[in-house]
Amino acid sequence: MAGRPSIPTKSSALIAMIADEDTVTGFLLAGVGNVDLRKKTNYLIVDNKTTVKQIEDAFKEFTAREDIAIVLISQYVANMIRFLVDGYNKPVPAILEIPSKDHPYDPAHDSVLSRVKYLFSAESVASDRR
Amino acid sequence: MAGQNQRLNVVPTVTMLGVMKARLVGATRGHALLKKKSDALTVQFRAILKKIVAAKESMGETMRASSFSLAEAKYVAGDGVRHVVLQSVRAASVRVRSHQENVAGVKLPKFTHFVDPAAASSGGASNASPSLTGLARGGQQVAACRAAHVKAIEVLVELASLQTSFLTLDEAIKTTNRRVNALENVVKPRIENTISYIKGELDELEREDFFRLKKIQGYKKREIERQTAAAKLFAEEQLAEDLALKRGISLGSAANLLVAGGDKDDDIIF
Repeated sequence: MAGRPSIPTKSSALIAMIADEDTVTGFLLAGVGNVDLRKKTNYLIVDNKTTVKQIEDAFKEFTAREDIAIVLISQYVANMIRFLVDGYNKPVPAILEIPSKDHPYDPAHDSVLSRVKYLFSAESVASDRR
Repeated sequence: MAGQNQRLNVVPTVTMLGVMKARLVGATRGHALLKKKSDALTVQFRAILKKIVAAKESMGETMRASSFSLAEAKYVAGDGVRHVVLQSVRAASVRVRSHQENVAGVKLPKFTHFVDPAAASSGGASNASPSLTGLARGGQQVAACRAAHVKAIEVLVELASLQTSFLTLDEAIKTTNRRVNALENVVKPRIENTISYIKGELDELEREDFFRLKKIQGYKKREIERQTAAAKLFAEEQLAEDLALKRGISLGSAANLLVAGGDKDDDIIF
């Protein structure tokens, strides 16, 4: 249908990451990391020297790349570029906010969960969460 | 409401009435179908919503477990392990396959993760051979950490596909509801208004015709009366003339007889 972005069906796609070093290390150990011929990585390690500009650029690059299906982003990093994350509305790649080790997960900040709460009354979400 | 008094700009004819009625039937059927679609999508949407909330919770658990196992691995294998891991990234062995699922005509993306065997066998140290990282010490913890993160990836991929479906469905439901409302509140009233307008206009035409016929009838009646009256008058005049002729003198030529005769008579000297 016109106006709706098409969903590419490919045999294999990557998972990109923007997170702190520990989280990235763990997922790299699991075998998520990818470095292509031009030394382009599919992850960005965010430490206290990383600027917001770098994070923005990485986010834009990962969401524009064809071979990435999911972008994992630490929630505190997502909070730094909240305007970009909230403004993003394509189905693929999917943006997923993950908790990081030293920043507790706050469901209220999650752009998707906040939309869930916005769409449904508090009781339906609350009853699911017990 | 603003849309209540609107109607389509059509010529009020019987043909147009038929066309409009067909359109109304079509709009009603489309409305019913779209309503059904919207309901089906909403059902799906609610199911996904429940799953999302559950998956978000389990994600918290899994992420906690995986970062804890990473801390264990770092404690045992030393902090240097992460440099080894970061240095030896080649090709990804864990990848995602995406395919579509069709729900009431809406295509939802679904992700499934899989381990690429080619990359796993030929890839770098951290990706391929579990024995190399943490070979010196803490191999078991590193393996456990890897397993925990693979599990986390599983949960995250599932959550991502749920979330993507959620966003897509949200959009689709909005579009469908907009169409349902447009049909219900704009298109249908407009067609109904047009139909009543055409009907009213046709009735008006019929009344006009009837009135015109009546008028003509009255005119004809008057005309006949007038003609009858004229004929009667004519007949009376005719009768009077006949009577005068029988007496020998035409009413018109009685005086002329003398004048005409006076001219020709030679016996009259003066």
